[in-house]
Formats: sequence, C-alpha cells, structure tokens
Amino acid sequence: MPPAANTEAAPLALEIRGISKAYGRFPALNDVSLQAHDKEFLALLGPSGSGKTTLLRVLAGLETPDAGEVNFGGEDFLALPVRKRRVGMVFQHYALFRHMTVAQNIAFGLSVRPRAERPSKDAVKARVSELLSLIQLEGLQKRFPAQLSGGQRQRVALARALAIEPRMLLLDEPFGALDAQVRRELRRWLRDLHDRAGVTTVFVTHDQEEALDLADRVAILKDGELKQLGKPNEVYENPADPFVYDFLGAACRMSGVVHGGRLTVADWDTKAPADAPEGPVEVFFRPDEVAFAPSDGAGLAAEVRAIAARGPDVRIECLIEGRVVELEAHGPTLPPGVAPGLSLRIKPLRPKVYAGAA
Amino acid sequence: MTAPAVAIRRPKPSSLRRPGIAPILILASVAVMAGLVVLPLGVVFRDAFAKGVSTYLAAIKEPDARAAIRLTLIVAAISVPLNALFGVAAAWSVTKFEFKGKAALLTLIDLPFSISPVISGLVWVLLFGAQGWFGTWLVDHDVKIIFALPGLVLATILVTLPFVARELIPLMQAQGSDEEAAALTLGASGLTTFVKITLPNIRWALLYGVLLCNARAMGEFGAVSVVSGHIRGQTTTLPLHVEVLYNDYDFVGAFAAASLLASLGLITLILKTALEWRHSGELAAGRKH
Repeated sequence: MPPAANTEAAPLALEIRGISKAYGRFPALNDVSLQAHDKEFLALLGPSGSGKTTLLRVLAGLETPDAGEVNFGGEDFLALPVRKRRVGMVFQHYALFRHMTVAQNIAFGLSVRPRAERPSKDAVKARVSELLSLIQLEGLQKRFPAQLSGGQRQRVALARALAIEPRMLLLDEPFGALDAQVRRELRRWLRDLHDRAGVTTVFVTHDQEEALDLADRVAILKDGELKQLGKPNEVYENPADPFVYDFLGAACRMSGVVHGGRLTVADWDTKAPADAPEGPVEVFFRPDEVAFAPSDGAGLAAEVRAIAARGPDVRIECLIEGRVVELEAHGPTLPPGVAPGLSLRIKPLRPKVYAGAA
Repeated sequence: MTAPAVAIRRPKPSSLRRPGIAPILILASVAVMAGLVVLPLGVVFRDAFAKGVSTYLAAIKEPDARAAIRLTLIVAAISVPLNALFGVAAAWSVTKFEFKGKAALLTLIDLPFSISPVISGLVWVLLFGAQGWFGTWLVDHDVKIIFALPGLVLATILVTLPFVARELIPLMQAQGSDEEAAALTLGASGLTTFVKITLPNIRWALLYGVLLCNARAMGEFGAVSVVSGHIRGQTTTLPLHVEVLYNDYDFVGAFAAASLLASLGLITLILKTALEWRHSGELAAGRKH
C-alpha cells in the first residue's frame, strides 16, 4: 500500500466535470467527472479504448472536449492554451527531442520562456544538473536520447517535465514500454519523487497492479465512462461492478440466486452478503480467498484436477459445476488432503454478489 | 490417438539459388545499365567536346546559351523554394492534423506525377494564354504570363509539386506528433515548436526533397516547352535551348548545353547519395529500400 498521503484534508486541486469527447461517432469519453486533491497521486486505470489517455490529453490541453469543465486551482483550465497550463506531461514513448542532448532536453522548457521570464544561462545549467542528480543520471547530459536505455529515457522525460516546475504532472503509461524489472524499480522511485516534489499527479495505466500499488486513489474507466473512484484497497475490496471486479485481479465467477437473505450457488447455501440484491445474481470471488473443506462439508462441490507449485504460490485446478476454475493457495497453507483426483468442497470466504443473469 | 501421417515435402531448392545464376543476373543488369545509361551519357560529353575545348567553351559562352542558363537558374530559384514551402506546409497539415478531405489532398499532391507534363503546361495556356479564360484581361492590363517567365515558373511549380511533400509525409507520419505536443506542454509557442522541433527532425529529408525537386525543375522539358514559345535568349531554358540548337543542326552547341544539364544531374546524384549514406535513417527513401 502506498504511504498514507494525507489527501483527505488537502483541498481540491483538480475538478473535472461532465467531460465528453467523441471522435466521429465513437465516444471516447462520456460524461466523466472526478476530482483530485492537492498533491494527490491519482491513477486512471482501464483497458485500451477506455478513454483514459484521452482524458489525460484533455487535462494537458492536447485534446479539446466536446462538453464539460476542467477546473484547476480555481482556474478554468479549458480556457488556457496548452503552453499556458504549465503541466508536466510524460508521454508513453517519452517523446524526447531526438536531436537534442539530455541536458538540452531538460532545459527546453526553461529556454523557450519569453525573454523576461527566462532564467539566466547559469540558472538553467544549475537547474539541469539538479534534475540530473534527482534522476540519477549525472554525467549523461551530453548523450542523445538514442544512446539511452528505455528506463533512462523515461527518467529524462520526467526531469524535462519537472524542469518547468509544473503545477500538475501528467504521466501516460509511464512504464508501459519497460520490462518488468525496471518497471518495479521505477515505480517506487516515482512514488518517492512524487512525495518529495509534492505535485498533483495524474497517471494513466492499464496495469491494475501498478495502479493499486502506486496511487492514492484509482479511477477505473471503461468505454469512456468512469466506473469507480476510490482508494486502492476500497476499490479492490469493494468493486462497484463485475467489470471492475474482473479488471482488478483474478476472479472466479459463478451464477447464483439470492432469496430471503440466503445466497444459493449450485448446492451451496450460505448467508447472503448484506448488500446483495434479490433474484438471480453473479457471484465473484478471488481465487486465493477460499477455504477448503472435506466433501461432506459446506461449500461448492469441486474435484481437484491438478496442482502446480509456482514459486511461493500453489495453483489448484478444480472442476466446479462442470467448469475449470483455477484456485490459488499459498504454499504453507495448502490444506492437507488436497491432491489431484480428490473431491472436496470450496468455500469462498468473501463472495461478492452482483445482480445479473441467472 | 495417432496423428495422421503427413507427407513431409522438403521445399525444392529455388532455381534462383542455383550457383551461377547470381553472376549472370548481375552481369545482365550491369550490361543494361552500361548500354542505356553510361554509354549515352558518355556520348553527350564526347560530342560536346568533339571539336575541342575552345569550341565547347564558345558554345557555352554564347549569349543565347548564357541567357538559357540564367533563365533556368531563375526559374529554379523561384519554384524550388515555393515548392519547399508548399511541401512542408502540406506534409505538416496532412501528418499532424485530422481533417476532412485529407485523402483527397494526398491524391491531389500526387496528381502531377501521374499526368503528362505537357498537360501541366497546357493548363496554364488554357488559363492565361491569349485565347484563355483570363487572356483578354491579361492583355488589357499588359501582364505577360504565357511565353514569359511567370508561365515557365508556373509550369515548373506544377510539375515539381509532389517532390518535397512526398519525401516528408512518410517521415513525419513515422515521427508522429508527440515531440511537438511535448514542446507545447513545456511552454513553447507554435512557431518555436516548428523551428526548434519539427524543422530539425525533418531537415535531411527536406534537403533531399529539395534536391530532387531542383533536379527536376532544371531539367523539365515538356511543361515548360508548352508555355515557353521558344523565344531564343528570352524564354528558352537550358533543356529547351538544347532542343533548339539540335533542330538547327548545331550539334556541338546542343551537346555542350546538354553536358551542362547532365553535370547538374550528376552533382545532384552525388549530393543525394551522400545524404542517403549519412542520414539514411531520417530519409523516407532510405527506409523504403
């Protein structure tokens, strides 16, 4: 979990109200409203085509919405042209200026300021070396982007965005093009950087793990609509709908019925969760949130088909209601008596129930 | 279950891979190139110097020849920069913006490549000639377009229109507009972004396109021939001058002028090759090959 940033008390910095944007007849954003607190780290999470990048580009001023308002620090953001917004944007493929050195890239935002506001050459130089040490790339200022690794380019892009002392930082899939190892390293580093710089940050990702791990709050989008907005643990524990449940992690899905406070799934009957709707429902549970019981106990009848240990986790392939379901258990807690070919019962510990097709 | 028996056929060694084929093909292409390109080019220079260097120099220094050289340079000096400007503007709008009629614009840019240069010349005569749409008005106001420099420039511009744009569009498409967007978010104005980001990114491709455009502008015959009127010493460009002399049986003069044109072409070729060699990654042509 990210460090508990005190965002609750912080004033609202960014207010997005009713943003809609269509490309031809394809709606990219449909009436999206959300807010970010000052110094908050907000993730826009969604599959490709969910409109998350479009929303980010609207914030940057690179797209103009068809309807809606964006307010930042009490200012009508949409009335400002891109270059007056002073947002630091980091692009998915970095968009470093290929014909400029690292130092020139970082200094660009300062060097294009109107003469009256432009810092002196020495001041620019000092700022560049300060940022170089922040991104831990001292000594590489004379390199060209083509001579850097993906992770280094990423950090230069970030330094370039930070150089203008942005009022807001916008990151578009900042780790999308990096390999898993570098990605995890940079993730921690970015969070530290954010906490130190204290800039309101909005970042786009399709990686739920990244969003849950990094952000103060996560906004989940699908087909241009905001599905849920909340703290990582809130949205993970209490997904608003089947899509969010499915998107935030591995999910097992069954059909069931809720009637009179009881939930029935196949031959398993249990007390329905408090917020469960009456009638036919879809029941979701996480593959690692289950208890195993002997075949004469309570739960869903299951037949173990295979067991595979993968690192610290054990995957148990079961046949439940004629469907193959992959469950997960952590090695040491693997219950005795779970072996291929055995029948047993599976009891989801925290089933989540959504109204749905029978 | 047993898998059905699959007859495994080994691919026949391609007949092209057979030893001996490659040298024959290479020899054949060299022979064709020698016969069709090198030999005629050699003949141009041989005939130009057939009656000695002094005759050659005299043919070039002759007033009509000098006028033709000057006219060719003037026409190129006007039409090439205009087309470079147009090419950059067209490539910029096509690759960095979305708008209706984009496909139509792309087709229009290519049009001069697909129509005969004679037509590119004829349209101007139809518009501005004495019997043309604006002919009477032009005559009344004493503006000369056809059989004068403006006509030559217009015809040349139309013929060489696609060169710069065609060279820039694939490159700018590949580069996308992220760098420009980044510059804008960093506070750069549109003009600064163009000068500091876009232009440096396309400079070699632009130079390459300008070179090709220039070579064609100086060598253009068909379109220019229609609007020129072949007034010696006044409206004959170098290619037209060659034709005029040749028709007068002045072979040394014709080939001397032709050798100048050929040299211009060779210089262009050398510069172009040097560019390709040094900056192939930034040239659309380099990536297509």
